[in-house]
Amino acid sequence: MSTEQASRSWTGWIRQRAVRALPPEKLLPDRQPAYVASWIYVFGVATIAALIVIVASGVILGLKGPAWWHVSSVGRFFNSVHLWAVEVFFFVMVVHLWGKFFMGAWRGGRSRTWVTGAVIFLVAIGTAFTGYLSQQNFDSQWIASEGKDGLNAVGVGAYFNVADFGQMYTFHIFLLPAVVVALVVWHVLLVRRHGVVPPYPARRREAAPATDQGARSK
Amino acid sequence: MPGFASLIDLNSPAHYVHWHFFQMSVANILVIALMILVFIAAILLPFPGRGRES
Repeated sequence: MSTEQASRSWTGWIRQRAVRALPPEKLLPDRQPAYVASWIYVFGVATIAALIVIVASGVILGLKGPAWWHVSSVGRFFNSVHLWAVEVFFFVMVVHLWGKFFMGAWRGGRSRTWVTGAVIFLVAIGTAFTGYLSQQNFDSQWIASEGKDGLNAVGVGAYFNVADFGQMYTFHIFLLPAVVVALVVWHVLLVRRHGVVPPYPARRREAAPATDQGARSK
Repeated sequence: MPGFASLIDLNSPAHYVHWHFFQMSVANILVIALMILVFIAAILLPFPGRGRES
């Protein structure tokens, strides 16, 4: 099929646009700029690693159910793995957020990368909140009784009933994780497309010798 | 783990720091302090293999 014919079909049109926006060498690069060799650039992928553990342990918990995660020792272990993976997820995500904030990660046409990251952070808070509500213990009842007043005060209590386990569980194990994962995929594709944000340029010193400048730019 | 349980008692109410309008549990303050320390360390510590670049 010629290029002209391919562009007439919707699949060909999507493929051409996708390859133009994100060519294979950008989608799966084998080299990164030298400035990426810093620990501060590690926290994004650390967040994704924690997310993988969260999803994997969450799938096991969801398949086995509350009676298992409360009663059996293996169930309690996976419950703890899920909880502590969430703790690690938020810990490294906040360090990632600080790093990107202080290096102005929205520069160079990367505003959508920044905004998707910020939205992931907010949706993840909602996902964690519905997770605490899905524990099926006194802790979740306490959090629900505290949270319902706030949600009623902002007028969403009729649609988001924190005392309804089924509703909160659906939000926690399906709707919000799907949004988080979709946004993470979009976020990573945007990073691939626009590249990792470089650090701010070093301030140029007046009358500095040329050899010094060369050494600093490395 | 009895040793660990005696080190951090998770069965009693949390300790809070309360100063004027500021109120936060000691556990949350520790986590925030740890995040700040990790952030500073991530900037200052050398990354393995960085010196080998051409």
